[in-house]
Amino acid sequence: MNPWPFVLGAYATAVLGTGGLLLWAFASMRGAEAAADSLKRR
Amino acid sequence: MHFLANPARFLRIARPATAWLLTIGLILAIAGMAAGLALTPPDYLQGETVRILYIHVPSAWLGMAGWGGIAAASISQLVWRHPLAAIAGRACAPAGATFAGICLITGSIWGRPTWGTWWEWDGRLTSMLILFFLYLGFIALAGAERERGGDGRISAIYGLVGAINLPIIHYSVLWWRTLHQGESIGLTGTTIDSSLLWPLPLTMVGFTCLFAAVVLMRMRAELARTKVEARLRRTAAA
Repeated sequence: MNPWPFVLGAYATAVLGTGGLLLWAFASMRGAEAAADSLKRR
Repeated sequence: MHFLANPARFLRIARPATAWLLTIGLILAIAGMAAGLALTPPDYLQGETVRILYIHVPSAWLGMAGWGGIAAASISQLVWRHPLAAIAGRACAPAGATFAGICLITGSIWGRPTWGTWWEWDGRLTSMLILFFLYLGFIALAGAERERGGDGRISAIYGLVGAINLPIIHYSVLWWRTLHQGESIGLTGTTIDSSLLWPLPLTMVGFTCLFAAVVLMRMRAELARTKVEARLRRTAAA
């Protein structure tokens, strides 16, 4: 059995999972902080 | 710990810390994964599939550490009523659930060529799956509690009760000797050869920094949201 599809599949899972988590956390933080700043300026 | 009870003081530290953790985490995680994929030799028994170790072990550690963070935040909330404890607990949950999920999936992918099966109801695998479901329960419960304006005490109790699963996961390979191998990395040493082991600290530290960055970003988002809600309430009352 060729092991490389399994190895690459596992790495893809880790990269996509961690990358997605980081992007989601970053986007929600930026959105919430921008909303708080715009409210403060009003 | 109480030094950080003031949200303004916490944010003064959290803002630069987020950027540093993201930068260091990305550099170390990418370097460790690249080294694990290209620079280490194949294992004499497992062959190339041993490379999954460099992502599976950090995700298992962070899946468990995430619940450790929830348990610590729960104690801090229930005992000392730390104002940021409930927010910290809620911030740990999505990151912990993601890494527990990555651990389960990468373990399953490793199991197919190594054990000949995607899944086995073995002590370690089952207790890790339970941890994943505990995370989903915590996320739902803490979210519902926040929506209803609760102080997060119910989810803190749930977080403490769920921590019982952590020693079960850790000792499962000793208590039920089934398919998952025993402990190969301990506090006193390792059974893994150094030619294979060296990228692992890079991914361990790298993913841990990324985990910490996600927790800080979630806390910052929730603090900002709380500020907006308080402002809107004041405006509506005026």
